Amino acid sequence: MDTAWAHASEIAAAVCDGRTSAAAVVRAALARIANHDRVLNAFTAVTAERALAKAAAIDAERARGRRLGALAGVPFAVKNLFDIAGLPTLAGSKINRDRAPATRDATVIARLEAHGAVLVGALNMGEYAYDFTGENVHYGASRNPHDVSRMTGGSSGGSGGAVAGGLVPIALGSDTNGSIRVPASLCGIFGLKPTYGRLSRAHTFPFVASLDHVGPLVRSTRDLALAYDAMQGHDDDDPVCARRPVEAVAPLLERGSAGLRIAIADGYFRAGASAQAQAALARVAAALGVTNEIELPEAKRARAAAYVITASEGGALHLGRLRARGRDFDPAVRDRLIAGAMIPAAHVVKAQKFRRWYREQVLALFAHVDAVLAPATPCTAPAIGQQTFMLDGVELPVRANLGIYTQPISFIGLPVVVAPVPFQPLPIGVQIIAAPWREDVALRIAHALERAGTVAATRPSLERAE
Amino acid sequence: MTKQAKSLRKGKFKPSRAPVAKASRAKGRRVKGKPPRRDPLDSFVDAAAHALDLKLEPAWKSAVKTNLEVTLALAALFADFPLPDDAEPAPVFSA
Repeated sequence: MDTAWAHASEIAAAVCDGRTSAAAVVRAALARIANHDRVLNAFTAVTAERALAKAAAIDAERARGRRLGALAGVPFAVKNLFDIAGLPTLAGSKINRDRAPATRDATVIARLEAHGAVLVGALNMGEYAYDFTGENVHYGASRNPHDVSRMTGGSSGGSGGAVAGGLVPIALGSDTNGSIRVPASLCGIFGLKPTYGRLSRAHTFPFVASLDHVGPLVRSTRDLALAYDAMQGHDDDDPVCARRPVEAVAPLLERGSAGLRIAIADGYFRAGASAQAQAALARVAAALGVTNEIELPEAKRARAAAYVITASEGGALHLGRLRARGRDFDPAVRDRLIAGAMIPAAHVVKAQKFRRWYREQVLALFAHVDAVLAPATPCTAPAIGQQTFMLDGVELPVRANLGIYTQPISFIGLPVVVAPVPFQPLPIGVQIIAAPWREDVALRIAHALERAGTVAATRPSLERAE
Repeated sequence: MTKQAKSLRKGKFKPSRAPVAKASRAKGRRVKGKPPRRDPLDSFVDAAAHALDLKLEPAWKSAVKTNLEVTLALAALFADFPLPDDAEPAPVFSA
């Protein structure tokens, strides 16, 4: 089997019924990383020894006749802000190289491995996750497999590149303002930012406590559901993690989108969108037969409030490092964090009050709709190094504005699936936004679109890239 | 609302410069007896850095100020948004 582009569900099925072994799958993944990561720059560490030992253990389990997990033998990798036992948790920084190695894995890594998945490494990211580009001054830019001169998007840039480039079928990322959804859109893969508090963030390096989420990036909706289901469940180690039972979505995918009330986000979410972003949204809406439009009230202010909270909480988090090691930061990140630390508290408190008001207004909309469609990014992948782009006739910095459509959604913790529309030469994603705790709704819609051929992760030609 | 607050609200905040400073730049010399008025945001950056015990290298200040301007302009979008006094902030602490 061609494990480079196989879905996790297909790999697990093949390992479970003996058509291949976990060891063979993992060796092939390690070989792909060795071959292609010189160009993609997705990995910052490869955990080959650990991965081969885990794969051997899975194969031994099968030989003993034990039942294997839903992700048996599936290679995965994680953004390097997730703790990996034995490695310092870099969070994209130079400074964190001096941290002691983590003594245990992040909760979600342990949960994926409990279902048979095999960790093969840590992935590149924007420094301290304050980034939408996937660029990194210390480790180099993650490169987009569809055009290696272009950005992956960030901050989970290596996660986007590793999955879109066929190095692994599952990667984990984090999303504070769009850091799963932006790379999913620019790299043409599926991403899930679950409800705030759904998945444990324990033993990950934080950015903005009141906005941080973790989630998977993959190449099919089935894999999105499998990875998400495997990671669900309360965790005492994350005070934000909800005390909810596992609500598995994989068994619900085939229910499709029939009967769901879906609308297109209007107003703020249409202004500034490029022709490709508009066309992607139109294609998805047409496939679903959706013409109804809905306006999320005060989305522009919501984005502004998310920006202020992020800057302030991020600045506060890093204040000690800014004092002691300011020169060791990426200058673009450092200067934003310093400015964030200086924001008057009155603005931050008002932003948090506005956040509750906005949440109440948007939740009221879900009495009338089950899901909302919106662009994921305003454009396809910009060139690496590109500093500005034009949005609605205004020249704006790329780094801070690739997430203009994602920020008002994560601001109130709504679950979102990004589904990739396979335009050529570059893909672009659409956000499918649901009410809190209704990841199943977003995943069912994405699955229906995938079955209809409207959305798909298309395979790039990496040979051409080299 | 002050003129600066209004311009912040419109997202068009530009640091003010005193006419004296403009005139002195145009002529390439300072007006006798009146030093150029400093942009208040420059003073704020310096004061905030001092209060936070942050040693800003001179080369960083311009970018820090620019980022602060952008953030303040965005804050101005919601700063005057009417909310009741008893509006609860989003994060709720449970004892």
